[in-house]
Amino acid sequence: MKKLLSVLPLLAVVIGVHLLTSATDTMYYLTQMTMSAYYSLLIIGLCVLMGYAGQISLGHAGFFAIGGYLSAALTTRSLVPYQDTALVNLLDSVGMILSGHDLYGEAMLVVSPWAACGIAVCTAALIAVIIGIPVLKLKGHYLAMATLGFGIIIYRVALALEYFGEADGISEVPPFPLLSGLTISGNFSDRIQNYYIAWGLLLIGMVLLLNLMDSRVGRALRGIHGSDEAAGAMGVNTSRFKLQTFVLSAVFAAIAGVCLTHYNGGIGPSEAGVMKSVRYVAIVAVGGMANLWGALLMGVVLNFLSLRGVFGSYDDAVFGLILILIMLFAPNGILSLNIRHRLKQLLRRGKQDREGEV
Amino acid sequence: MALLEIKQLNKRFGGLHAVNDVSFQVEPGQIKAVIGPNGAGKTTLFNMISGTFPPTSGSVTFQGRDLRGKKPYQVADLGMARTFQNIKMFNGMTALENVMVGRHVQSNAGFLSSMFRMPWTWKEERAIRDKSMELLALLGIEEHAHTDASSLAFGQQRAVELARALALEPTLLLLDEPAAGLNIYETAEVGRLITKIRDLGITVLLVEHDMSLVMDISDEIVVLCFGEKIAEDLPPAIQQNPEVIKIYLGEE
Repeated sequence: MKKLLSVLPLLAVVIGVHLLTSATDTMYYLTQMTMSAYYSLLIIGLCVLMGYAGQISLGHAGFFAIGGYLSAALTTRSLVPYQDTALVNLLDSVGMILSGHDLYGEAMLVVSPWAACGIAVCTAALIAVIIGIPVLKLKGHYLAMATLGFGIIIYRVALALEYFGEADGISEVPPFPLLSGLTISGNFSDRIQNYYIAWGLLLIGMVLLLNLMDSRVGRALRGIHGSDEAAGAMGVNTSRFKLQTFVLSAVFAAIAGVCLTHYNGGIGPSEAGVMKSVRYVAIVAVGGMANLWGALLMGVVLNFLSLRGVFGSYDDAVFGLILILIMLFAPNGILSLNIRHRLKQLLRRGKQDREGEV
Repeated sequence: MALLEIKQLNKRFGGLHAVNDVSFQVEPGQIKAVIGPNGAGKTTLFNMISGTFPPTSGSVTFQGRDLRGKKPYQVADLGMARTFQNIKMFNGMTALENVMVGRHVQSNAGFLSSMFRMPWTWKEERAIRDKSMELLALLGIEEHAHTDASSLAFGQQRAVELARALALEPTLLLLDEPAAGLNIYETAEVGRLITKIRDLGITVLLVEHDMSLVMDISDEIVVLCFGEKIAEDLPPAIQQNPEVIKIYLGEE
């Protein structure tokens, strides 16, 4: 209950931003705020994995891409050539197939968005299990390199397969009707609705993760981070908890991928790129690693700035630089820098120097 | 039946025979100590009992169960808790939270039930908190419950670590050099705590090289030297044992 209350101010901010943009006639900002919310959904999941369970992943763009690409391909690629196969018939009989017509009036059969979302997220979870079991035995930079390898594989697969559109990616991805009246789509008229859908999902994700961290599981994860050996001696099955957290964060990433792809109406290989993974890690680090609120705040702010093109062509370079600066000057995150305290110290030192001269 | 039975346990690290054919038993309700000079193989012995690494040969039986191939978390689940020579606090967690991790095996909430805060987890969470506070109070450190555990004084960290191990409600408690790094007052205090724990009905097996502590509180003592058991007896007899005196005081 307390956790729910702690999210209320954020809800107020979300509504406030909407009212502010509508008052100042800058509603176009809401588009980037929506996209930032989805990226932040991935980032808070990664924050639990990195900051709390202490396992780094340089491959989370891969899980985002698995979610986005699968859901895009399943809802766009026509199944007409396979319509007599058992699998398509089976999907059809459980209502997971939609029929329609493409631009040229040809008959089309595609998987419904909900079913595609389910398949995409489950696939991401399954791949996380398969990758996680061997890889999570590694520690520190070995784990970083192994997950990096996974990210590169997903990137190259997205680039290589015609099914995934090669270098062009997939476009013309249809909207995702969540409930009647609520649709994830990039249509101009749905902008406000989508802003609230994205932030609603992010808030729900945040509440779930805050709950998780303040529980038996969360304490066990922080214990693993503190001392793997001592956590084991307390009866914590450390490898299983690490794996479950890895899968959980992969699911968050995949859901973010699915939603953003339907919102943007498409996905391209850059979403699977290694630089994206590095960016996510950098944002979690700026947020203070074991700090869900920090990750959320930095996720929204930095993604928003990046999407607005503030960093220009130096976009990736900026995130690289952020990573270096944070590691050097604020390894506990930018929020840990008590700026006022530091300024006071500086002033006091200056004063002492002057007094020393007298 | 003995609570813990160690039979012909051996551990070789390459050419080093760290533990050589050691056998002894721990009876329920006693405080048993394993002593010996540095490098005698005490911690290696402990790590084999708690499942940190497997013995080269020999067996460990706990409550009639062979512990072969069991991982530390499984051994803990069977009712054996341990502490570490160089205290392993969970950094960034309060003393209370450290102890609460110790309730892990006595509770059930998983990922989904924690995320959705299912009503049954509320009661469990409250029980975890109450029990942990109770243990901190038992060890006299409840006023530090909400302090970051790694910022506590060394002796207080020892107490938190003990409380954390007790939170498992173990049948057997393994203490790896509980007096290491403590001054004589703190050592005496730890001695009192260990006796208190035994009086709660928990069997204690400790490894120690502080003779005064061991002689005061142990019911039985095993002496290791260069990986071999050279004596096993009651404290007064160990004090008279010429071989033990030779190890500890050097030859005359």
